[in-house]
Amino acid sequence: MSRRHIDIVLRALPAWLVPLAFLGIIELAMRASSIESDGLALPSQTAAALLGLITDGEIFLRTAETIGAIAVGVPIGGTLGLLLGVWLGLSPTAARLASLSIELFRPIPPVAVIPLMMLIYGLGIRMEAAIIAFACFWPMLLLTRDAVLGVEPRLIEVARILGLPRRKQITKIALPAAVPRIFTALRLTLGIALIVAVTTEIAANPIGIGYAIISAGLSLRPEVMYAFLVWLAILGWLLNESLIAMHRRLFGAAYGDAAT
Amino acid sequence: MNKTSSRLAPAAEACAQPAIAFDGVRLDFGGKCVVDGLSFTVAPGEFACVVGPSGCGKTTLLRLVTGLLSPTRGEVRRLGVTVDGPSRDVAIVFQDYGRALLPWRTAAGNIALALEAMGVPRLARAERVAALLDKVGLAGHGDKYPAQLSGGMQQRVQIARCLAQGPRVLLMDEPFGALDALTRQALQDEIARLVRDSGATVLFVTHDLDEAIYLGDRVFALQANPGRLAEVIDVGLPRPRDQLRTREHPEFLRLRHVLFDHVQKTH
Repeated sequence: MSRRHIDIVLRALPAWLVPLAFLGIIELAMRASSIESDGLALPSQTAAALLGLITDGEIFLRTAETIGAIAVGVPIGGTLGLLLGVWLGLSPTAARLASLSIELFRPIPPVAVIPLMMLIYGLGIRMEAAIIAFACFWPMLLLTRDAVLGVEPRLIEVARILGLPRRKQITKIALPAAVPRIFTALRLTLGIALIVAVTTEIAANPIGIGYAIISAGLSLRPEVMYAFLVWLAILGWLLNESLIAMHRRLFGAAYGDAAT
Repeated sequence: MNKTSSRLAPAAEACAQPAIAFDGVRLDFGGKCVVDGLSFTVAPGEFACVVGPSGCGKTTLLRLVTGLLSPTRGEVRRLGVTVDGPSRDVAIVFQDYGRALLPWRTAAGNIALALEAMGVPRLARAERVAALLDKVGLAGHGDKYPAQLSGGMQQRVQIARCLAQGPRVLLMDEPFGALDALTRQALQDEIARLVRDSGATVLFVTHDLDEAIYLGDRVFALQANPGRLAEVIDVGLPRPRDQLRTREHPEFLRLRHVLFDHVQKTH
């Protein structure tokens, strides 16, 4: 095969071959070395377990619980953070007065409020949603504030010269200009929400994917644990890809595809 | 003139007033004197160009006319009235068209912004936007976003947005500085034509001496540290001007020498 042919083949190689080849190598290596461990499972066993979880529907039940908590927590925490962030971005006085409180509250790790939320809501989806809302509120607040503060000053000047009243300067210029960066903030926030949801489930809450993982681990069924981990990876990937696609669709033509 | 007659004939009175008047203007910014002792007037309908080394306060001068900046001392008047803030009578074309246009709005949407600010009803806007697009040579490009237009076309959009205001004073801050030579020449001729048609008074800042002479009725040469007026040159070249013939005119060459010597001296 000539150099040119090799190049053509190399260029045609898809990226999904890499994880697949990786799993294949692990399978072969584990079978060849015949290692035995409670923490390991063959990729083939994991695949079988994943298939089993899909056919008996358990994986969808667990996913619905985790996604459900995210679907409640993110809109609550995100919307509050968004509104306050816009306000702080627009009003220097409000920003100055709020800065100390924000810097005091923000460093609290979201998992540290698990006991508090358990006291208030008990166990279940509400307590998890509350922790997610708390975790999402801060990054959304700060990123939205920065998005509004980062609006091109020239655009604000244009608005002033055109004689737009303050309210219209905000609705016609500042907010639309901040929207792409607010959307990026939403993407980051959703990533955080998934982390916090699974952490809460592993640490305390007996629902969702996190609880399924810790249960599988405690009952010495590593193949089920791995199956859920693979499922989480796929879930996270799908979430991010769909948000990127949405970003392109919403802002692509106007913002020159620069915002990924 | 008593109060009654001035109310009856506002137009006549405005004509007698200079369109722009600087009266002993000084501006300090951040503890530094940016411009000092600026006194000059620009007549209605006049095309005045401003040249000078960087840091001589050319852009500051325009911002003082818009009312985005207020003088520390002295007074700036537009059409006889002391400037105390932006007015729809005054439009400004920025050099950085890429940052002055709303990227999420199409060319038509950007032009419509000026009409929305003036409270023009939605139905009347489309027609006026189409006319303005046509006027600046962008007919058929109205539904494109700025990112899809070339630099020259984006600058045309900005010019159209300014014209939409129907300004009596048009300020231009090195509007063609970022464009290639051919686009620049085409836009120079177009802006001369558009301004003549609209009757607006123009204050045009540029670092290009040839451009200043080619476009201007008068050229103000500024000097730096602090920015002050060094020389005013009357340009008596016939109009309409022509990229080849005007630039070969003996008077053009003479003025070019005068300005060049001046800039050399003060640099």
